[in-house]
Amino acid sequence: MKRQALTATLIAYAFLAPALVLMGLFTFYPVFYGSYLGFTDYTVADLASGEGPRWVGLKNLQFVLGDPLFQTGILNSLKYLLVVPLLQIASLAVAVLVNQKLPLMAFFRVGYYIPVVTSISLAAVMWEWIFQKEGFLNWSLQLLNLINAEGRFNWLLNEHTALWAIMLVTFWRGFGYYMVLYLAGLQSIPAELEEAATLDGATAWQRFWLIIVPLMRPTLLLCSLLSTIAAIRVLEEIIVFTGGSGGPLNSTYTALLYVYNKSWGNMLNANFGVAGAAGLLIALVGFALSYINFRLTREERGER
Amino acid sequence: MSPVQTQEAARMRAKAALRKGLRISLSYALMLVILGFAIFPFLWTLAISITDKQASGISIYDFPKSLFPPAVTLGNFFEVITKLNLGKYFLNSVIITALTVVGTLVVSALAAYPLARLQFPGRGLIFGAIVATLVLPTEIAFIVNVLTLRDLGLLGTYAGVVLPIIATAFGIFLMRQAYLAIPGTLMEAARIDGASELQILWRVMIPLSVPSLTALGIFTLVGTWNAFFWPSVALLTNDDLLPMSVAILKLKGQFNYDVFNVAAGAMIMMIPVLVVFFLAQRFFMRGLEGAVKG
Repeated sequence: MKRQALTATLIAYAFLAPALVLMGLFTFYPVFYGSYLGFTDYTVADLASGEGPRWVGLKNLQFVLGDPLFQTGILNSLKYLLVVPLLQIASLAVAVLVNQKLPLMAFFRVGYYIPVVTSISLAAVMWEWIFQKEGFLNWSLQLLNLINAEGRFNWLLNEHTALWAIMLVTFWRGFGYYMVLYLAGLQSIPAELEEAATLDGATAWQRFWLIIVPLMRPTLLLCSLLSTIAAIRVLEEIIVFTGGSGGPLNSTYTALLYVYNKSWGNMLNANFGVAGAAGLLIALVGFALSYINFRLTREERGER
Repeated sequence: MSPVQTQEAARMRAKAALRKGLRISLSYALMLVILGFAIFPFLWTLAISITDKQASGISIYDFPKSLFPPAVTLGNFFEVITKLNLGKYFLNSVIITALTVVGTLVVSALAAYPLARLQFPGRGLIFGAIVATLVLPTEIAFIVNVLTLRDLGLLGTYAGVVLPIIATAFGIFLMRQAYLAIPGTLMEAARIDGASELQILWRVMIPLSVPSLTALGIFTLVGTWNAFFWPSVALLTNDDLLPMSVAILKLKGQFNYDVFNVAAGAMIMMIPVLVVFFLAQRFFMRGLEGAVKG
């Protein structure tokens, strides 16, 4: 009997071995070693000479917190959070729209999901043409008489609009994703509830705010958690649109770009200790935001 | 009912029908506008990619003419493949994606089985550790992963791109859920017949979890094909192995930057993933819905 149990354990671990080895090497170890690096000095010169990291305590954390570039990065990452409510409200509204029992709904849903399966680099290629001075956006605005020919400018090269332009692309790539999640939630709302409200004379607007929104609250909270974390971690968008510079005038320099540029993004003056410390700080902010979101969800459950 | 009353009722019905018709037309109008927002970038890129740039007076910013190219050609596609060596990057994408999909399926299918169906010491701990990867601060993982790959001599190789990304909590979870849904009596019957655990996994569990495997495979395929950040970091030292998702921006940055060629390259990169998406969109949508309903 004992031998049998031992064999069973061995078999279980044999099945788990590939996953455990890979996760251990490329997920657990880097997270712990990377956190340790945050308290050390470790530059490209040290790497080249084979010298290991040197413990410096809180020096890097102090440096990062006092670095104006990192402060700009955190500020821009927080600004980026503005995309979250816009994205959530819009995708919920679109989900309600395509949840109607009308012909061609599947066609529209699939169409809205296409940007989600687009790579960020293709999105960058395509949207850069739209944001050009002569691009489609300015042409449309001119057509609507919102700007004149002299008012045209490149949206990505203007420090007041660059971050908003990139946020628009995040919005474009995200709304189909959240729409599908909201659709799943909507389809679990009993149809009788809405019918009863309609008979009682509730308008579509009242039905949306008094029935759909309260019942969708768990999904709303989950989706805003997901998109909050995605927004605080935004990096790829910035790299592909600005070539990693975070320009113009650092107006799109985000917190995670700081980590990237202190490590492999700009290898000439890489300092893995500083990058690690900044990464830890961002992880902390992300963790705090998740915790707040989680608390909100739990309170919601407690009420019922 | 008096004639007056019937008339009144008929008018009410007509009014209701009109309102309904108005609401439906408004819905469709709105949905069409949103569809335009969603797919306009693709349509314009498609138009640019088939525009004959040799024709006179061609500019991609000549609206609305540039949205409906006056002179059409496939020349840009040939040019981008022959001159800019796009075939090489395409092949890199295929190899990296194929290795990642196969690796993810094998690792997840194997690891999920004991977590779902076997009793052994350490099970709770291992499962907890895998769950923890969802909240671990992965912001710093990529810094160390490059150092690790360098020490292993894998930096700038296909293996270096693929190995760090094939063991994921998502994949293991998904497969575990699939195995949990399979009736235990099937496993017991197989055990009584003298099947080993590997045989049970291969003959019973895997055939019955094909939908989940397919969904995981498609998700991984699309994600890897489109991945930008990790391949660009892991292949820092070897431009020759770059996938298209990274190479396309290099094309754009080159001195011989040509919008028509870049658009053709974009279409070449997009078409495979769109085909997969259209064939498998049910799996996508259901996979996402499953993520909410748990």
